Amino acid sequence: MYNRTRVCEQAVKIRLDIITMLAAAGSGHPGGSLSAADIVATLYFGDVLNFDAKNPQDPARDRFVLCKGHAAPVLYAALAQAGYFDKKELLNLRKLGAMLQGHPDALKTPGVEVSTGSLGQGLSIACGMAAALKAAGGPQRVFTLLGDGELQEGQVWEAALFAPHYRLDNLVAIIDSNGLQIDGACCDVMALGDIAGKFRAFGWDACEVDGHDIDALHAVLSAAPCADKPRAIIAHTEKGKGVSFMEGVASWHGVTPCEKQAREACAEIECAGNEARDRARDSVSSEGGHHG
Amino acid sequence: MGKATRAAYGATLIELADEGLPITAVEADLSGSTTLSKFGERYPDRFYNAGIAEANMTNVAAGLALEGNIAFTGSFAIFGTGRAWEQVRNTVCYNDLNVKLAPTHAGVTVGPDGGSHQALEDIALMRVLPHMHVLVPADFNAARAAIRLAAATPGPFYIRLGRAEVAEVHASDFVFELGRAYVLREGTDVTLAACGIEVAEALKAADLLAADGISAEVIDVACIKPLDVETLVASVSKTGRIVTCEEHSVLGGMGSAISEVLSEVCPVPTRRIGVADTFGTSGSPAELIEHFGLDAPSIAAAARELV
Repeated sequence: MYNRTRVCEQAVKIRLDIITMLAAAGSGHPGGSLSAADIVATLYFGDVLNFDAKNPQDPARDRFVLCKGHAAPVLYAALAQAGYFDKKELLNLRKLGAMLQGHPDALKTPGVEVSTGSLGQGLSIACGMAAALKAAGGPQRVFTLLGDGELQEGQVWEAALFAPHYRLDNLVAIIDSNGLQIDGACCDVMALGDIAGKFRAFGWDACEVDGHDIDALHAVLSAAPCADKPRAIIAHTEKGKGVSFMEGVASWHGVTPCEKQAREACAEIECAGNEARDRARDSVSSEGGHHG
Repeated sequence: MGKATRAAYGATLIELADEGLPITAVEADLSGSTTLSKFGERYPDRFYNAGIAEANMTNVAAGLALEGNIAFTGSFAIFGTGRAWEQVRNTVCYNDLNVKLAPTHAGVTVGPDGGSHQALEDIALMRVLPHMHVLVPADFNAARAAIRLAAATPGPFYIRLGRAEVAEVHASDFVFELGRAYVLREGTDVTLAACGIEVAEALKAADLLAADGISAEVIDVACIKPLDVETLVASVSKTGRIVTCEEHSVLGGMGSAISEVLSEVCPVPTRRIGVADTFGTSGSPAELIEHFGLDAPSIAAAARELV
């Protein structure tokens, strides 16, 4: 059952793990991992994805494809938290012989549906999975998370044509629209314009959401499918969200914090988490007062 | 002339699906040419047309394979292996998926469409990929057998199919074995190692050489990856020289694969017959085979130089 407080707590843990594992690895992608933390927390811990960590290949599971594979840390943190593997693995990220590769590797990591990392390929893969599941008549859904800069890959739009043509209403594409890419702002590098409008023009059901509002994310991610149409959710996010010195700074795309910065970042994430928990507790007790 | 290798594609997928295998096919708007349309007519629920979008075609097949299907892809060899190369590398092979690429229209025998459509680099592009298997059937019967082998063997396959009719060199009950080369004619003076349509040319070249008193051994190197090193080494240990023959660039293809191995384990004088680091051009298949020196007289001439 959906519990906002639980999702928020998991999002805090995911952010802490992202910082900790990236600081230990000394390389990797914090910005786009942090921007997606609330989305991924809602998928895994907000009663959206149906999964069984003890049986990663359970045919009844919903599928999640991390199209923006460089955000691997956010996925690894969620999978570890969900119990797919020991959390200690996080500290081996990107090291020789590690289960957790720089980009997701399905042959090495339980819970990773498919290896990704080369941008623009995951939506097509998700289309194939959704087509197979639909042909088999199952209730499973396929969720995939793309970056906004990633939409510059032409293959994304090949897949965007395919999904509505084959009426893949079991497919949900979430766009982590943080507005930044390696070389700067998306609008400066290669403007994306009206993303929701583009998906609608391609025949998708499209909506926009605040990608850091857990209740709003839960509502759109768990909404019933729109008959015969795939769904695109444009989640407006902030790159580096939760770590003030990273927020909105393109250069934190692929640079990791030093030990001191990591300590500051974790302190800030924990502090914000504690404040949010206190606020939630206060609001519950004040609600209790009204009803009592 | 026998049937073209591409004629085996749709028909064999129907056989396999009829036998109960979870076959699916994804095409990129060339289903009539690749003959996948036949499969699509018989099994419309297992056939997807991605439109003119080879990258998406390849990764949709990957998604189908992830869900337990044996996913075949279409298009022409130049697009299926070239335009979608990085999809084949990073999704199909990196994930070791049950995706079988059998795009048609490889080599110069595409004919009048010309250089833009004549894949001469596809064997090179595919054989460098980890997890990939590379099969080059010599005729219709071998093509049917290659498709059956790929369906029965887990993992990524590239099966090179052609547009033009080709002489029959294998019987209709031919069984394609992974990693096996087939000695079609025994000889003692020179080894002619060929694949695809060049197998028939090599057999004709062996006749020409026999008239000169030269005994040529002809091997169908039907499986380029994994390569049957044992058969090749046994042959050149006997003959002491080899001519490799392929309808592909001399760079990176079967001749390169054989040379890489023999240079390490059993170096012998070698000539490589193939297209010499250039693009194809328009013409009829027969004209082009002669134009690029892929015909039996050219093979025989190369062999005579070595003997």
